[in-house]
Amino acid sequence: MNERMNGKPGRRELLHRIDMESFAVDEVKLYLDTHPDDAEALAFFKEHSRNRNQAMEEYARNYTPLTIDTASASCEDTWKWIQEPWPWQEGGC
Amino acid sequence: MWNYEKRLQYPVKITQTNPKMAQVIISQFGGPDGELAASMRYLSQRYTMPYKEVTGILTDIGTEELAHMEMICAIVYQLTKNLSPEEIKASGFDKYYVDHTLALWPQAAGGTPWTATYFQSKGDPITDLHENMAAEQKARTTYDNILRLVKDPEVCDPIRFLREREIVHYQRFGESLRIVQDKLDSRNFYAINPEFDTGN
Repeated sequence: MNERMNGKPGRRELLHRIDMESFAVDEVKLYLDTHPDDAEALAFFKEHSRNRNQAMEEYARNYTPLTIDTASASCEDTWKWIQEPWPWQEGGC
Repeated sequence: MWNYEKRLQYPVKITQTNPKMAQVIISQFGGPDGELAASMRYLSQRYTMPYKEVTGILTDIGTEELAHMEMICAIVYQLTKNLSPEEIKASGFDKYYVDHTLALWPQAAGGTPWTATYFQSKGDPITDLHENMAAEQKARTTYDNILRLVKDPEVCDPIRFLREREIVHYQRFGESLRIVQDKLDSRNFYAINPEFDTGN
């Protein structure tokens, strides 16, 4: 609740968005491997890939990096990559 | 190369331990139709694959299987967290515990260790793609078998996700086989092996 009052996106909401956008990318990526000229699928990929990258960046800025490429958005005085729980642990993603 | 993403492909949040179920589900980590064998199969086959669409699908599905292996390990880990010696004994988890404590180790439900003999990398695209399609169906059957045994919705949910992915992968491998056959002699698909007879 406090997070929203600070103008921060909710952590669970943002994670859910990352999971959904990433799944869309995973799914259409495989489809494009066997249908590389499908214009509709290419447009779908572009849209969801962009959304995913934005959400990843947002998560790194507000919480913790989930990829090494977004780690610089959140490393000020400590190496955040190892601070938060790992995905299989309680509180992980 | 690979980059790690600090996130499961689909969330695993299990609040009730169940070592008996963990012993069954671990088969999808290190069993004959498990995710480790799946990943190693596709990532091994891709080097000699001459068709770019199929090299792509082997790479991308092989990579996704690593993410599935991580989900299975997360399920087993959460099902066996903080077990007491009494719970270990009562559930029959003692035979695993004595060798691995609560750590993850790739084995089949019956205790057989993971082995590369669970898969083939034959160096012939028709042969390998048939193996891959069969492998996806075998994994799907294993998930169906697991779903008959599991009642906890927190466990069923990620297992259902994994089962669905087997069906999608089967579809993509079927398309890959069609792509390969379209490039071969339609009067005799077996006239040459495009992974070996490169002079043709």
